Amino acid sequence: MRRTMLFLPGNTPNMLINGDTLGADTIIFDLEDAVSPDEKDAARILVRNALRYQSYPGCETVVRINPTDTAFWKEDLRAVIPLKPDVIMPTKVNGGAMIREVSACMAEVERAAGIEEGTVKILPLIETAMGVEKAFEIATADARVIGLFLGGEDFTADLHCKRTKEGNEIFYARTRLVCAARACGIEAYDTPFTDVEDMEGLEKDTEFAKSLGFAGKAVISPRHVDIVNAVFSPTEAEIAYAHDVMDAIEEGKRQGKGVISLRGKMIDAPIVKRASQVLEMEKAIYGGAQYE
Amino acid sequence: MSKLLGSLKEAIEKTGLKDGMTISFHHHMRNGDYVLNMVLAQAAEMGIKNLTVNASSIFDIHEPIIGHIESGVVTGLECNYMGGKVGKAISRGILEKPVIFRSHGGRAGDMENGSSKIDIAFIAAPCADNMGNCSGKYGPSACGSLGYAFSDAMHADKVVVLTDNLVPYPLKDTSIAEGYIDYVVEVEQIGDPTKIVSGTTKITRDPVGLRIAGLAAQVVKNSGYLKDGFSFQTGAGGASLAVAKYVEEMMEKDHIKGSFCMGGITGYLVDMANKGYFETILDVQCFDLKAIESIRENPKHQEISAMRYASPAAKSAAVDSLDVVILGATQVDTDFNVNVHTDSNGYIMGGSGGHCDTAAGAKLAIVVAPLIRARLPLIVDQVLCKSTPGSTVDVIVTQRGIAVNPAQKELREKLEKAGLPVKDIKELKKIAEEIAGVPKAVERGDRVVAKVLYRDGTLLDTIKNTI
Amino acid sequence: MKILKNAVAGTLESSDLFIQIEPDDKELILEIDSVVANQYMDSIRAAVLDTLKEFEVSTGKVFIKDKGALDCVIRARMETALKRGGVEQP
Repeated sequence: MRRTMLFLPGNTPNMLINGDTLGADTIIFDLEDAVSPDEKDAARILVRNALRYQSYPGCETVVRINPTDTAFWKEDLRAVIPLKPDVIMPTKVNGGAMIREVSACMAEVERAAGIEEGTVKILPLIETAMGVEKAFEIATADARVIGLFLGGEDFTADLHCKRTKEGNEIFYARTRLVCAARACGIEAYDTPFTDVEDMEGLEKDTEFAKSLGFAGKAVISPRHVDIVNAVFSPTEAEIAYAHDVMDAIEEGKRQGKGVISLRGKMIDAPIVKRASQVLEMEKAIYGGAQYE
Repeated sequence: MSKLLGSLKEAIEKTGLKDGMTISFHHHMRNGDYVLNMVLAQAAEMGIKNLTVNASSIFDIHEPIIGHIESGVVTGLECNYMGGKVGKAISRGILEKPVIFRSHGGRAGDMENGSSKIDIAFIAAPCADNMGNCSGKYGPSACGSLGYAFSDAMHADKVVVLTDNLVPYPLKDTSIAEGYIDYVVEVEQIGDPTKIVSGTTKITRDPVGLRIAGLAAQVVKNSGYLKDGFSFQTGAGGASLAVAKYVEEMMEKDHIKGSFCMGGITGYLVDMANKGYFETILDVQCFDLKAIESIRENPKHQEISAMRYASPAAKSAAVDSLDVVILGATQVDTDFNVNVHTDSNGYIMGGSGGHCDTAAGAKLAIVVAPLIRARLPLIVDQVLCKSTPGSTVDVIVTQRGIAVNPAQKELREKLEKAGLPVKDIKELKKIAEEIAGVPKAVERGDRVVAKVLYRDGTLLDTIKNTI
Repeated sequence: MKILKNAVAGTLESSDLFIQIEPDDKELILEIDSVVANQYMDSIRAAVLDTLKEFEVSTGKVFIKDKGALDCVIRARMETALKRGGVEQP
């Protein structure tokens, strides 16, 4: 479950210490844009130590590394991979080759550190026109790839157009990424909403992303976490319905029925799958305490 | 008959201020107050010694009192709160006699029942007439409510009003009436308006503070008290005010109409009342300009005295009708005792204010604080000063979990059922120490520099000197 | 190993620390000023000395202003300062 992926600046101790308490499902330690070039070394060491000495219970950890055309990215990987963050986020990914390059370097570090190869996953940040066009290639480039994540800001810059709140300029990229990801059985995650103060706009943008098929959304402000979580969480009615579906299946099995229906509608495989996803999320969110 | 005198000196002479007397002050001018320093400087000039100062609060602006202590003008100090500057000097032991700390309610109560005797009260008044009718609502030094000054006016032997805004008799909207006032003195300025109140009080932007506030609001909701008729008090600082924001969202969603909000009043609470979430504001002190404007204009916004707010000597006080209070803490111990008097090194830098009064009165007292502050764990084995007894504290909310007082079994079950991260308080302590390391105990001297009285006047704890 | 040049690391923000290091051929001078000195000085000193040992640095000047940083932050900032000061990881 990655409803929210919260960016934390890699060189700010206070955020690294408390990042897991801010309600996000995933936290992204950022070594890239949030860190100035002359502090790259400091942030890398700090994030490495945070991963080494701190525990982040109930939170997935991602490290956003520097782009592969800089001198920093390999050092980033060498520092953090031995601490087994859940995921590495390469940036400005524009094709499968870049993923394979990153994956090969990760494998090298994993081997040297005595970690099983492939342990650390990859969530590519796609933020160029080329990257969007090659979304499917990227999604299938390596077994480590667990999803596709759209970066709207750099992408619109690459398109030579203006990033707007309505987001018409990223509509194509959004749907293309969702389609490419779903075609490979992985998830797509939406670009952050960048107006930190506009909560209504955030909710609208998040609802829209959800309606397109995104499974979650990155956030750059901790104050955005609750709203994005709420949008991507199943509603009480959805949870209740999922329980009803499962109960009906159980009941049907007991009675030996082949076709099971609920409220006059046949329960088919996709409905069951959706119901079990909802129940999994319910458990992750409420710890199963909501409905005893 | 005229009460209006030509100078502060004349007023001091007329009141018969002598060595060994107790003089009192209120703190509505907060860190902009000129009056306490002005009176002490005048008394010193007149050669008066051995005074006891009873001020509802001492702020950093009152630093000159340290000099008056060293020169023997002031030999006793009583207050409900003390800022860090004077606190540090007291902690180091400059005053021979221990400081007496009370709560806001306790101070009013002790004056009422006669155990705290005031010889002369000096009341800074943002507006007054020549017979002493006064108010805090109008004038260049407006502070809004004069709540803490009522007891002083009613119980001191002599009462002097100092104002920088003398208006024709009778003042049209009086808080403290002439019947209590002996003399009136016009002075150039009673305070620095920029430090009396804040322009606006803003909700914290600290993500951890907001997280804690969000959890605290969930506690309020799931406690069962958030329903029509709900009454609520919260402070202006840190995560406290942010709780009001989240509570408001819940009240909006569930169409809840509250009864009253109370305490130090901020523009945020005024807005909540104006939007219909509270019927009435009970205001013992204003924190910002919006609150002052509201207490002046809005009939739903009432000024209340410290007695009505929290006195245990009164037949009833508003705290007794309070549902929920949100409180802060510098330390909490595993028995839920709270320290708001000292920092983690044992230096005085605060005081109860209304902390123990509201904790005792409210049906649900919630303490909000980060589990670790600049490496220091919130939860300790024993607080350096017991400001509020653990038996009156119901819930501690931190960003890494919520501890419920073991006496509140039902509440704990409700919060657990709602899926909130309820943890044993010892477990929370352990989590903090795993992150920050176990802090070394702070060593302190064996001289008592302050006595902390509970609201009923009994001794709650003592504060030892720092070394 | 030796500190080859002056270097700084960290910040004066809460939960961080600021470190200045300078070369010194003869002795190790360690000055620590911390807001949590009463509670954590031993542990701060241990983290600093441990990092110096790890980098086999036995002489030099180290000046620290600590704002309540955790051990892992102290170690990170020390390592950053040393590397910036020309000390290589052994």
